[in-house]
Amino acid sequence: MAAVPAISIANLSVDLGGRRILDDLSLEVQRGEMVGLVGASGSGKTVLLRTMLGLLPKSAGQVEILGLPLERAAPREVRAIGRRCGAMFQQGALFSSLSVRENVEFPMREYLDGSDRMFRSVALAKLRMVGLSESDAEKLPAELSGGMTKRAALARALALDPEIVFLDEPTSGLDPIAAGEFDTLIRNLHDMLGLTLFMITHDLETLNAVCDRVAALHEGRIIADGPMHALLQSEHPWLQAYFRGERGRAVQWAR
Amino acid sequence: MAADMAHEPRINQTSLGDGAVLVLSGDWTAPHARLIEDLAHRALPQARRIVIDLTGIARLDTFGACAISMLRDAAGGAGMKPVLMGMAERNAPIFAALDPATAAEPPRPRASLLDAPESIGRNLTNAGADALALFSMLGRLVASFGRGLRDPSRLRFPSIVHHLDRTGVRAAPIVLLMTFLIGCIIAQQGFFHFRQFGATDYVVDLVTVLTLREIGVLLVIIMVAGRSGSSYAAEIGSMKMREEIDALRTMGLDPVDVLILPRVLALVVAAPLLTLLGMLAALLGAGVVAFLYEDMNPAIFLLRLREAATFSHLEVGLVKAPVMALVVAMTGAIEGLRVSGSAESLGLGATSSVVKSIFLVIVLDGLFAILFAWLGM
Ligand SMILES: Nc1ncnc2c1ncn2[C@@H]1O[C@H](COP(=O)(O)OP(=O)(O)OP(=O)(O)O)[C@@H](O)[C@H]1O
Ligand SMILES: [Mg+2]
Repeated sequence: MAAVPAISIANLSVDLGGRRILDDLSLEVQRGEMVGLVGASGSGKTVLLRTMLGLLPKSAGQVEILGLPLERAAPREVRAIGRRCGAMFQQGALFSSLSVRENVEFPMREYLDGSDRMFRSVALAKLRMVGLSESDAEKLPAELSGGMTKRAALARALALDPEIVFLDEPTSGLDPIAAGEFDTLIRNLHDMLGLTLFMITHDLETLNAVCDRVAALHEGRIIADGPMHALLQSEHPWLQAYFRGERGRAVQWAR
Repeated sequence: MAADMAHEPRINQTSLGDGAVLVLSGDWTAPHARLIEDLAHRALPQARRIVIDLTGIARLDTFGACAISMLRDAAGGAGMKPVLMGMAERNAPIFAALDPATAAEPPRPRASLLDAPESIGRNLTNAGADALALFSMLGRLVASFGRGLRDPSRLRFPSIVHHLDRTGVRAAPIVLLMTFLIGCIIAQQGFFHFRQFGATDYVVDLVTVLTLREIGVLLVIIMVAGRSGSSYAAEIGSMKMREEIDALRTMGLDPVDVLILPRVLALVVAAPLLTLLGMLAALLGAGVVAFLYEDMNPAIFLLRLREAATFSHLEVGLVKAPVMALVVAMTGAIEGLRVSGSAESLGLGATSSVVKSIFLVIVLDGLFAILFAWLGM
């Protein structure tokens, strides 16, 4: 079987509001890889993710998801890709008029043929996996705490057992125990389903525990790309500041 | 493992004494959701003990695990002792999460005969609550305006001017066009029907009185309710949704001062001006029709107009405008503040602001008619 990369980005540039946010950026993620993306606040991580999902226009370059360029694909193919991907947005983006359980069931109802009973038990299982209880399942998004919103959004991203999962800061706003549970959950899913993960995070613990590879975005480009320990050794001043600043060191000392 | 080959999910059953072995194979995954559930449903054999063998499964995900859990629970429910065999270590967490696999169906609200009277009662109390909310908002606005008069820097003139521009200046073209057309239509209908009685001269009286007293102000206010009242509700509602109103409160600011009073004042000022414009446009429309359709000399039209258009007719129209605008703006603000977390409630707020304010405006118009009759205007 030819190894089609899960995600392939070549020479991507994106301009927003007359400013170049991403500049000639290239990145490839193989199937089953767990890749973390780091970068300063406002460096364009979310922009990169949204461009990969086809939500923002590109100025130049190509993005292929599972070997398919989204902008040239037929609507049927885009739908097929949509079934195999799950995305979680930074703000959660839960559908506000549906309950948490209905939010998780929504992609199932759209894409799958199955009974209500099965969808309900799978949805509840997903919610349990991310640490939400049965009583939370019937709440509306407006009635959730910040961390619960994150978990519900994660459950919805995982609803279809997708092959690729895109996550934008999944652990920010979670307490350390919950963040640890998240790490375990993602690793379990990877073991079970062979999940490919593309995750934006500032959480050094999560990077360490989950990601095979870490890419660093700085000034619109990927300045470093490799296993966590290689990035820690990097001589790039920004990376040094990022990983070996007070907070980064505190994490390393702790282990 | 050839993952891209189509693996039809299957169950093969073999009996062993008083027990049975179910051998599962193929892809037990999401795309086959309906199929695997049906399989699991039909597979239950007549046996005392059953072994569910998972070793032959090519791919398994949560949906497959769910179907298998359902099968196991059904077997357990039928008094058998189901045993899962060959479950990979890595799949244990899925089965654990699915454990109370068949979650109880949430109770559904039942329709009953009592629903109809109940909803009538509910609507009545809601109407009462609406009236209360309107008076309470009026009170808060008056208090806020009073504070503003004592300290004019708190009146937020830039904001008032901004809203005047949005709700007044920018509404002018559409108001002019609409009232012009209505003026044309009323005049044309008048000429057409009055011609039979040879009373075409009175058409000018008809148009003038109707426009100045009723049509001018009502049309403008209904347009304002649809245009500005609904946008007030939507703006304030989405600020409520995104906790902006709470942020204001924690800064020690009153949302009525900051958000609502400037909007209300702008609309109260804009409405009479728009009404005046609308009246002029309607009369102009009537004049154009009189000239083109009835060959009435413009000089004669103006003469009749001068006689018909008394100051008191104009006053009646212009007095109503700010009061009605106040009600429209307050209704928009109230419905906006009622928005809860969901997008649906935002839409509901915008809609009900328009429906309620138009209804209230018509009721007010009736009350004004009684008042002016009593005053002899
Ligand atoms: N729709 C937009 N129009 C114009 N500029 C935008 C738009 N969206 C984002 N930007 C700009 O792009 C830059 C990158 O934003 P982005 O949201 O990708 O940051 P980020 O790396 O995700 O940061 P954070 O870690 O804080 O989430 C920012 O300077 C932002 O102002
Ligand atoms: Mg971001």
